[in-house]
Amino acid sequence: MLSRLVLRAAPAALRALPPPVAVGVLHTTRPLHTTQQSLAPVPPLPEKGGEVRHGLIPEEFFQFLYPKTGVTGPYMLGTGLLLYLLSKEIYVVNHETAAAACILTVIVYAIKKFGPQVAAFADKLNEEKMASALAMKNDTIQTLQTAIEEEKKEQWRAEGHSYLFDAKRNNIAMLLEANYRERLLTVYSEVKKRLDYQVALQNLKRQKEQDHMIQWVEKNVVQSITPQQQKESIAKCILDLKALSKSAHATV
Amino acid sequence: GPLTERPLMEVRLGELHTWISTCSFSAQGLLGAVQRAWGSYCAKYIHVRQGGPAGISMLLAGYCLLSYGWNYQHFKRHRWRKYH
Repeated sequence: MLSRLVLRAAPAALRALPPPVAVGVLHTTRPLHTTQQSLAPVPPLPEKGGEVRHGLIPEEFFQFLYPKTGVTGPYMLGTGLLLYLLSKEIYVVNHETAAAACILTVIVYAIKKFGPQVAAFADKLNEEKMASALAMKNDTIQTLQTAIEEEKKEQWRAEGHSYLFDAKRNNIAMLLEANYRERLLTVYSEVKKRLDYQVALQNLKRQKEQDHMIQWVEKNVVQSITPQQQKESIAKCILDLKALSKSAHATV
Repeated sequence: GPLTERPLMEVRLGELHTWISTCSFSAQGLLGAVQRAWGSYCAKYIHVRQGGPAGISMLLAGYCLLSYGWNYQHFKRHRWRKYH
């Protein structure tokens, strides 16, 4: 539990650790490097640390002595060692011993009393970190999933483009056709106009020629009637008229 | 396994001599050994989900013993008895 506090309060110390251990602290499960020296996938942290008895002596020591001396062996060893050190005054009892005794008592009391609370607090902090990281990861995964869906939809939409292009092509073809027909009509009407003009021109010319000829003939005829002929024709007309009047008188 | 590659804890007493002769005592070798030892200690007692007081208390106890050893000449002068 105190080690959990150390974990939280000493990131600088963590950086000095060898890479496998420091990476293990990051709680990552995805590969960080892809070279051959990759240390991934990083295994998660173990649940509990090595067993330690009385907070000071690792359990391995007790297991090491168990076959030869049983359960009480290490304790006897400890007692004997302590008495030896005290009696030979290799460990000298002085004021620091009293101070150490008081401090140790307070420390042990504090750990026993407040240990679980601190442990729960540190666990909660860890959980929050993990939850936020997990949430980020899930959000990213979700975003990528939606992106994939969108992409698939776009691909499906792209298939419909062929219909769109067909319709557009039809439209354009119709436009072209209409334009072509319009121009055809224009050409036809223009050509007809010109041909009509030519025909009208010819008709006019012929009419003019006719008129002119008639006029000319009449003029010549009138000119050719000499006064002599005029008198003769008038006399003939009078004779004819008399004859006619006679016949008319006769019939009446 | 091969003798040279085993960690110190798994070497039997009889083979200790040969094991010591195989490890390198250059600066790099010693530094590597120290780093490995520190790394294995951390991995076992500190980098766990539910540690306890054991992780640092052992370090502190070791520090207390070391400092007592360094200051032993000073403590020797404050003995209670002259003859033991």
